[in-house]
Amino acid sequence: MNNLTTLSLAASALFRNTLRSLLTTLGVVIGVAAVVIMHAMGQGATDLVTGEIQNLGSNMLVIIPGGDSRQAFGSGLLSAQLFRRTDLDAIRRECDAVRYVSASNSLAVRAVMGEKNRATTLFGTTPEHYATRDWHAALGRLLNEEDEQQAAKVCMLGETVRRDLFGAGNPLGSELRVQHVNCRIVGVLKAKGVSTFGTDQDDLVFMPSTTFQRRLLGTDRLGMMMVSAVSEARTDEARTQIMSLLRQRRHVRPGDDDDFAVRDLREVQALLSKVTGVLTSLLAGVAAVSLVVGGIGIMNIMLVSVTERTREIGIRLAVGARPRDILKQFLVESVLLSSVGGLLGLGIGLLGAYFVSRGMHIPYSISPRACALAFGFAALVGVVFGVVPARKASKLHPIAALRYE
Amino acid sequence: MKRASDPGAAVTVQAGARSAALLRLSNVTKTYGEGAARVEALRGIDLEIHKGEFVVIMGSSGSGKSTAMNVLGCLDVPSSGHYFIEDVAVEELQADVLARLRNIRFGFVFQGFNLLPRTSALDNAQLPLIYAGVPARVRAARAKRALAVVGLAGRESAMPNQLSGGQQQRVAIARALVNEPEVLLADEPTGNLDTKTSHEIMGTLAHLNQELGLTIVMVTHEPDVARYGSRIITFRDGRIESDRAQAPMPLQSAS
Repeated sequence: MNNLTTLSLAASALFRNTLRSLLTTLGVVIGVAAVVIMHAMGQGATDLVTGEIQNLGSNMLVIIPGGDSRQAFGSGLLSAQLFRRTDLDAIRRECDAVRYVSASNSLAVRAVMGEKNRATTLFGTTPEHYATRDWHAALGRLLNEEDEQQAAKVCMLGETVRRDLFGAGNPLGSELRVQHVNCRIVGVLKAKGVSTFGTDQDDLVFMPSTTFQRRLLGTDRLGMMMVSAVSEARTDEARTQIMSLLRQRRHVRPGDDDDFAVRDLREVQALLSKVTGVLTSLLAGVAAVSLVVGGIGIMNIMLVSVTERTREIGIRLAVGARPRDILKQFLVESVLLSSVGGLLGLGIGLLGAYFVSRGMHIPYSISPRACALAFGFAALVGVVFGVVPARKASKLHPIAALRYE
Repeated sequence: MKRASDPGAAVTVQAGARSAALLRLSNVTKTYGEGAARVEALRGIDLEIHKGEFVVIMGSSGSGKSTAMNVLGCLDVPSSGHYFIEDVAVEELQADVLARLRNIRFGFVFQGFNLLPRTSALDNAQLPLIYAGVPARVRAARAKRALAVVGLAGRESAMPNQLSGGQQQRVAIARALVNEPEVLLADEPTGNLDTKTSHEIMGTLAHLNQELGLTIVMVTHEPDVARYGSRIITFRDGRIESDRAQAPMPLQSAS
């Protein structure tokens, strides 16, 4: 009995009970689809975060006051000495692995325009910040070095703020009031949309860092500095340069711990992919369990099928089938069942992953390896759970099988 | 040629055996079950069947005739004694070799037809060829020819439930013949058929025996069906009670 004949025999046996075959393999369909969708979601999220960070610049460093403890963003920030403007200038001047250094401090404010007002975030930034974070002007101009020098009372609006306060009107030249400061609107930023983490990136107002500090905060100190290295390869070099410079400027004695920290966005990226990796494998594990359950379903129905078809087995044995032919026939049937289920699951999974990725605004990212693995596992389930019924069938005695009612 | 090279052919030549019988049972017994449930179906059968014979086995139910048929057809093995096919001792053969013997040397016809349900006449008829490893194109052609021999040309695609009992039995005969066996084993082939159809089926079998030289061993209860045979063997309580030759009913001109 050649393989093609075996396959067509198995196919016609399954087609004879199409509905039952489909229901039997449903567990495998769901299992494979789940594996594909889970993996696509994990992969998509990872890709998104990676892309976002790449967007931000993987050559980006963030300098924050406080020791290099994991709570640096919390308690350390409050107690540690803030940076001075001269620190920023010194980094710009002395660290040759640094392309841009900018200060960016923020405050939650209420922006008032005539009768309208909106709660938003006010950022005091140095002009280089726009290049570092890839901001561009959609209307008017970006804030420049001159504004910074003069601590000019000017500002730029994010698209969301503009839309909310001005609608169709032209905001350029109008005076916006933030806290007690009135500042002239000189530009509107090009929209960036919603970020990975679901925040509206355009809901903000920029003003010069000096204006922000002198007129709103009343201090000259900087809370945080952002640095962009000349290239990704020189990021570590930039970090080293900044650390030795700041230690010197902040009078940290050799052997003492730093009272500031330089953070690398790649660390954040690594942490995030680790988290998504764990989540992905967890979900894939759950999906694998459903594949095994599907396999048990196949075994169950194959056992029923062997009993139902005892006479058929007897007839086949009587006309010259060897036990191994019978074994092969039933094994091929269960493998075919699980493989068809695997293919259906793959199709549904790819389709489902597409819709999920669109719904969640993540990239549609399919790994061929994961698909092959899911399908292979489904086929394997057919082999493993097909062996018992097939052996049972092949062990039947011809006479007993023929007489079975 | 094909047959001479059969595997497992541990040939046991019996000294002084007369002209080789095609099939030979020597003191064959068969018991089923254990203890109180023990049934002695065959209690020492000696039987020789020669090429071209039309042997009819009769006897009441439980006389062991069906068991003897199963042993002859390699569907079952004797509990003791020997079974030789052309002097090859069957009890020494592996299961796979027995399957091959059933496939190429014997054709089976059963009382209950035993066709595969929801499977066309053509597919039913070509079943033995699948296990003989015949390619698909050749299979279909040979099954078609076998169906024509039993008078079912044109009904190849019919399903068993679309055929009458007589026609179903003809499909079963076509299936038995398709691999050109030497021996046709028929276990009450007319048991489920009316008298007229029975005689049509028997006419077909007699034709195969007398015109084509096919050896037939048939079990039946019915005396008028038994008249088609050339030799009548009667079983009683697991033993052969009588064994006599008879002049078979002459073939009627094809109608």
